[in-house]
Amino acid sequence: MSYSNKLIDHYDNPRNVGSMDKKDAQVGTGLVGAPACGDVMKLQIKVTPEGIIEDAKFKTFGCGSAIASSSLITEWVKGKSLDQASDIKNTEIAEELALPPVKIHCSVLAEDAIKAAVEDYKTKHGGTADDADATDAADAEEARSA
Amino acid sequence: MKKAGKPIYLDYQATTPTDPRVLDVMMPFLTEKFGNPHSRNHAYGWEAEDAVEKARSEIAALIGADPKEIIFTSGATESNNLAIKGVGRFYKDRKNHIITCATEHKCVLESCRHMGQEGCEVTYLHVAKNGLIDLDNLRQTITDQTALVSIMGVNNEIGVIQPMAEIGAICREKGVFFHSDCAQAVGKIPLDVNEMNIDLMSISAHKVYGPKGVGALYVRRKPRVRLTPLFSGGGQERGMRSGTLPTPLCVGLGEACAIAGREMAQESERLHYLRDRLYLGITDQLPEVYINGDLDQRIPGNLNLSFAYVEGESLMMGIKNLCVSSGSACTSASLEPSYVLRALGVTEDLAHTSLRLGLGRFTTEEEVDAAVDEIVTQVKKLRELSPLWEMAQEGIDIASIEWAAH
Repeated sequence: MSYSNKLIDHYDNPRNVGSMDKKDAQVGTGLVGAPACGDVMKLQIKVTPEGIIEDAKFKTFGCGSAIASSSLITEWVKGKSLDQASDIKNTEIAEELALPPVKIHCSVLAEDAIKAAVEDYKTKHGGTADDADATDAADAEEARSA
Repeated sequence: MKKAGKPIYLDYQATTPTDPRVLDVMMPFLTEKFGNPHSRNHAYGWEAEDAVEKARSEIAALIGADPKEIIFTSGATESNNLAIKGVGRFYKDRKNHIITCATEHKCVLESCRHMGQEGCEVTYLHVAKNGLIDLDNLRQTITDQTALVSIMGVNNEIGVIQPMAEIGAICREKGVFFHSDCAQAVGKIPLDVNEMNIDLMSISAHKVYGPKGVGALYVRRKPRVRLTPLFSGGGQERGMRSGTLPTPLCVGLGEACAIAGREMAQESERLHYLRDRLYLGITDQLPEVYINGDLDQRIPGNLNLSFAYVEGESLMMGIKNLCVSSGSACTSASLEPSYVLRALGVTEDLAHTSLRLGLGRFTTEEEVDAAVDEIVTQVKKLRELSPLWEMAQEGIDIASIEWAAH
């Protein structure tokens, strides 16, 4: 399979590899995929009290496209609000890395991973800082369906 | 053989380069000796026919057969189709049961499946964890309706050698034809169709340093095996395979067999040494590397390893200077991991982490050492990147987690 230079660069020099303490209140963790399917992504975000993602880390078991997709999304989510991060679409990742059709599921997994990490963070904070976020999300949802 | 600047080729089960000595013998038949070997009335034809018959003898000699029992084909895929469909169709009205094995090459499995559609019963034998069939199971599976048993000599993914002599003895005792796909076995291990009671044997040239596009089927004459040909035509090759023989390719296969026969013992020893060096070099430096298939009942030029917690395709992307194959799904469009590894009972997660390393005639010790370094470095790097490796280090049992399949 031939891959884009961007994809190969993310595979060769993955950004933001590592782990954060998943018990830290500031940290949200998403773990998606399954070993039997050949890919597992762990994506973690560190969120400021203002609800901005200040850091992101990942570890991925999977093909080169899965590694590159998760590396890319850690770059993208930094500095974003939780909602902005949740709004990242797999198609944007697929486009940026020029994923071949059989590898589209890798970008889907990356989207699932960031959503799961945001969800985990929100669950930890049980709806406090969240109310505003939830409203925003509902607004965004409305805007999309309109 | 000059290889500077080229990546290291460790995929000898996929194909082998044509040996320069083979090419030398082929060349005149691509140029001045261009005759049709079936032209019976002039010198060009006779010259080509002599060359083809010499090649036939060389092939026969390597497997202990009579030259008249060798049918040229386009390769092992055609040979397997011809053996299974040919015998299946010819004997179907009397006996309609075919036995094969779950780890056979796709062309064998598909040919058998096709015969199932034409009304045959097909039994797929299971293999043990080491990749070998159970002989008692085979014996019990044979009925008075069984026409053919088709079991490969050497597996293309894991290199294990099936007990051919024992299978042949059972088949002969039960009066059943024994076909063996020996594409990966010919020239690698000693074979004798009479000692092993093999009735049909598929042979490929490009797996044994011959050219691509040619192979052969051994078809026993005593007791006679009959088969319905796949295509209609001029009735060449004892009526079993019509079509003008490709003289240069036939000559190439003959020479490849002659060289393999002369050099097998010595080459086998050399490859054993290199394979052990590769295996020990890797496992000395990396924990949790598992071998797929029996290590002893295996051709010396094959290793199939699972590197736990590292996905096969990403490993292949990392070892940029090595050309290998993976049993991982991600190398194919199907997204299913290797059916051969699955048949051994290798769990899906480990099947995703496998690499097939194939060594051959032009592999050097320097290449093996370079391969060890590159594989070890990349596996270490990818394990640092692997959430599963991290969990394993923390003592978390990955099997105990409820993963959401996707």
